[in-house]
Amino acid sequence: MTPISRQSRDPLPYLVLPALMALALAAMKFSAWLTLTVAGLAVGCMLFLAAIGLTLIFGLMDVLNFAHGGFVTLGAFIAVAVLTALPIAGGGVAAALGVVALALAAAAAAGGGLGLVFERLLIRRVAGAPLRQILVTVGGGIILQQVMIVLFGAEPLALPRPEALRGGFIIAGAALERYRLMVCLLGLLVYAATHLALNRTRLGLLIRASVENREMVEALGFRAERLFRLVFAAGTALAALGGVVWALYAGMVTADLGADIIILIFIVVIIGGLGSVSGCFLAALLLGLANNYVGFLAPKLALGTDIALMLAVLLWRPRGLLPMDGA
Amino acid sequence: MRLLSHDHPGHWLLAALLAALLLALAFAPFLLPGTKALAVAARILIFIVLAASYDLLLGYTGIVSFAQTSFFGLGAYGVAIALSGGGGWLALILGAAAGIAVSVALALAMALLSLRVRAIFFSMITLALARFTQVLASEWRGLTGGEDGLTFSVPRLIAPGFHPFVAPVLGLRISGPVIAYYLIFAVTLASFLVLLRIVNSPFGRVLQAIRENPFRAEALGYQTIFHRALASALAAGFAALAGAMMAMQLRYTNPDTTLSFSLMIDILLMVVIGGMGTLYGAAIGATVMVLAQYYLQPGLAALAAAARGIVLAPALLDPGRWLLWLGLIFVLVVTFFPAGIAGSLRARANASARPPIA
Repeated sequence: MTPISRQSRDPLPYLVLPALMALALAAMKFSAWLTLTVAGLAVGCMLFLAAIGLTLIFGLMDVLNFAHGGFVTLGAFIAVAVLTALPIAGGGVAAALGVVALALAAAAAAGGGLGLVFERLLIRRVAGAPLRQILVTVGGGIILQQVMIVLFGAEPLALPRPEALRGGFIIAGAALERYRLMVCLLGLLVYAATHLALNRTRLGLLIRASVENREMVEALGFRAERLFRLVFAAGTALAALGGVVWALYAGMVTADLGADIIILIFIVVIIGGLGSVSGCFLAALLLGLANNYVGFLAPKLALGTDIALMLAVLLWRPRGLLPMDGA
Repeated sequence: MRLLSHDHPGHWLLAALLAALLLALAFAPFLLPGTKALAVAARILIFIVLAASYDLLLGYTGIVSFAQTSFFGLGAYGVAIALSGGGGWLALILGAAAGIAVSVALALAMALLSLRVRAIFFSMITLALARFTQVLASEWRGLTGGEDGLTFSVPRLIAPGFHPFVAPVLGLRISGPVIAYYLIFAVTLASFLVLLRIVNSPFGRVLQAIRENPFRAEALGYQTIFHRALASALAAGFAALAGAMMAMQLRYTNPDTTLSFSLMIDILLMVVIGGMGTLYGAAIGATVMVLAQYYLQPGLAALAAAARGIVLAPALLDPGRWLLWLGLIFVLVVTFFPAGIAGSLRARANASARPPIA
């Protein structure tokens, strides 16, 4: 496996996004286009937040975690718990952002912690047997979902967004929601942080080195296994983070949240190229935008948009848009 | 022995279990009269075909697919759609054939598209396909009847009101459902023997070689994509056949009975518990799972009632949490007994033989 920094420099995949936006602009009025584009980018950022953990774990550990959706659901339930425990009726923007930040932190901690347990109990026991690894994560995902039904009930839980994060404003005739803008910012932040952590820190360097040549890293005195565990926990923590964002967006949480969105997450990860951080971001934005445009222009086709997009990309680039080894 | 393609059960206990299963299924209508027992026995037969077809993929080729229910559903909906317009045997056969043909074509297309890249893509894409067919079946009301599904009548010979003989035969009044049962029995037995023949053919050996080491298989000159695609097409065809039998037996088809994700989990469990890579294991696993569903799941409700008052216990033992326990069993089996029932018995009988999945 080649390092993440050596990604494809081919400009073509990067042009897909602007091309799609231009195409959509030609088909509708500017104000509608702006609304849809911002909304689509926000959905894309949420998808990215939910998917990035999966692609990181796969890219760095070669483990495909089918229980990823369970961690997303966990984050959503943590958001419900935190926001119900700290009601801030009528509070200002700062209070609302504070509570959301707290929910994000709590979800990340819970997701990461549970991820460590999950790795210890399930993944490590079947290391080196890919088939059993898939099966074990599928089973673990079922257990996770069912335990959450036991703890939080099977009925949907309402999650009203804090007052200060509702509503929006109008620019150039286009309605822009506050929450969506916040999500876009958060997505960019996480993308930048992941990218920098992997490519510009000593820890990231060690992780990339372990992917490249584990024995050598261990011979130099570092515990590669611990690094991988850290990556797994980071991946599940990010999944829980994505769960918080989705829960606040949907305004309602059920134990099926993860199972519902895991398909989209898989499509994002496949389109982007398994293991690629930039690819994941690009694919998430692409999917979010395509869904919104198609939903507006031809609602009947919305059902098949994701699958059609995935098939088209796979036919064009069988390894995804920005595969890790730049092939 | 030629009938078994020289693939013997291996262990005396496994052979005895299988013989008992065969006899019990062959005489089920006479041994256990009543509609429920007949329905359970027919379900076991149908799931033997479904689990065996899945074992061809999971156990023999080492591919994890989550779309086996899609093909099962295609077969069932093929029959349902053909029969809901009326019509007799011709409609039934044409519907089943159409379901099988579409399944095989779809599986081939999917395999050629995704297996070209990496086997792991295939798993993810099959999950998307399974979801897609489920949504499609619920949304396309004009064709599939939506969530309610389709109810239809079957040809007179296998319909409930049909009684060919006035006097009982061996103490059983032969009716349409009994005839349908024996039709299913014959198709299941034939399908199982054909699958056994396939996995023990040179083609089957190549599949196992691919499972053990795809690179080496490729280096030996085998087209792994071709073999994998053919295996998934075969598996899809048999799954659709099982689905067609399911529709014929139930006389209705809806998304829940044919396309749900929990059904996919059932199939996975059947193959894993029974033993991956030994078709006999799929038969044992299917029997165990169907019996557990019909006779153990209600027991959970009784336990939940008994455990009232203990913290969380009623919630954990609620019959709705059936999947929780299945998930636990699944994880335990995959982690500690990856060879399953059949594989473990075989390994014991032949200490020098390696378990099928290392």
